[in-house]
Amino acid sequence: MQTQTVKIVVTGPFNSGKTELIRSVSEIDVVSTEKKITAEAEKVKESTTVAMDFGRITVDDDLVLFLFGTPGQKRFDFMWEILSEGMLGFIVMVDSTRPETFREARSILETFHAYAPTPYIVAANKQDCADAWDVEDMRVALRLDHSIKIMPCVAKKKSSVKNVLLELLFGILEEMDANRS
Amino acid sequence: MALKGNLRDFSITQLLNLIHIATKTGALYVEGGSDTVAVYFRDGKISFAQNANQSFDLLKILASSKKLKRSQVVMLQEKFKDLQPAELGLCLVNGGYLSQEDILDTLRAYYSGVVKQLFIWEDGFFHFEGPESAPEGNIMVRESLEDLIVEGARKLKEYEQLKDEIPSLEMALKFSDRPGTNMRAINLSQDEWRVVSYVNPKNSITQIAHATRLNEMDIRRVVYALLQAGIVEIIRPASGAVITPGRTFVAQDRDEQKSIVNRLIDRIRAI
Ligand SMILES: Nc1nc2c(ncn2[C@@H]2O[C@H](COP(=O)(O)OP(=O)(O)O)[C@@H](O)[C@H]2O)c(=O)[nH]1
Ligand SMILES: [Mg+2]
Repeated sequence: MQTQTVKIVVTGPFNSGKTELIRSVSEIDVVSTEKKITAEAEKVKESTTVAMDFGRITVDDDLVLFLFGTPGQKRFDFMWEILSEGMLGFIVMVDSTRPETFREARSILETFHAYAPTPYIVAANKQDCADAWDVEDMRVALRLDHSIKIMPCVAKKKSSVKNVLLELLFGILEEMDANRS
Repeated sequence: MALKGNLRDFSITQLLNLIHIATKTGALYVEGGSDTVAVYFRDGKISFAQNANQSFDLLKILASSKKLKRSQVVMLQEKFKDLQPAELGLCLVNGGYLSQEDILDTLRAYYSGVVKQLFIWEDGFFHFEGPESAPEGNIMVRESLEDLIVEGARKLKEYEQLKDEIPSLEMALKFSDRPGTNMRAINLSQDEWRVVSYVNPKNSITQIAHATRLNEMDIRRVVYALLQAGIVEIIRPASGAVITPGRTFVAQDRDEQKSIVNRLIDRIRAI
């Protein structure tokens, strides 16, 4: 039996806590790629690199979950196709202390949902900070429909990240059942 | 003696070496796909080179090598409209904008760059015509071929090494499932991410190369990088239909899908 790999994608504005969330639960050191290098020897060919995180949770011999973190801006268009293959669902991270980023978060959410019509969940991150917005206020600010799940999150805390992942997975199960009828 | 053939059989490095040693004078034309590169030599040294698909704009070239400012370029374009490169160069030197050495340095690098483009061609019809000289009105340099030959040979050597590392492109890739091994911070390029998207035991490396439009050299380089990073392993390809990136959940069967999600839930609860 071959190993089945599935992925959950974590997206959201810069500094919202994507890397932190993946780091909290990944069994491997998170591979973070930042936009740098163009190999000296390869001046002829462009080599665009993109900020991205890569984490992994092994379930058993047959099943591995990958966590991909991506900033989700429009200019990374080519990656949507890549990321959506085998994707179960996605998490949109939002920094609850920075309302100035809500609009961008909203636009990332819409773009991503258009590309990959899979279940998703919004994580209102940094809820441990004193100036964090209330989750229900964020729902309004982000113009989220009541059917969309928004969860309080502290990406640094494993238990909190677990809850977010579980909530997303429950949503995925629900959607599977809903599609059956 | 007609010096012509295909780069498949006679590499660009071998050609340059021959021109260098025999101190040839003439023009080397290489045609591959839609590209045509012409390189002119005098006594075994590059005098001029041009890719027919890339327009030659001396002012822009000087600007990108920081010899002229962008703002100057706009002004000079207006002032010296319609001049041939050689006339323009003369005007620039006489006008005190830069020195003759500045122009020649820049063009030596530029012409070498045109020749370097050929290093990644695997296929291309070439013919050498002596003693043809470069089209009039262009600026000639004298750039020795030694550095280029060394660089080309290095590329060739890299290719040989990559061939040793990845002997067969008929093998497939799978994501490594040994947790925690070999992982280190790496920078994945756009090509590497593309290849990652096709990693599947049913896709041979050749098929991935076709799908991602990477040539043999580049696919080997990418696969080698992913192997080094511990992200993938090479395996014998599984039989069955090729799966290409799409939006489908991997498991087709709904019960299997639910089972996968339930196993994930159990696993995450246990973290
Ligand atoms: N207080 C607090 N800080 C967080 C939390 N999550 C992330 N951070 C911090 O926010 C910054 C950005 O996090 P990072 O994961 O790098 O964001 P990314 O750009 O989305 O990958 C870092 O300094 C993190 O330590 C959180 O839940 N609480
Ligand atoms: Mg990050």
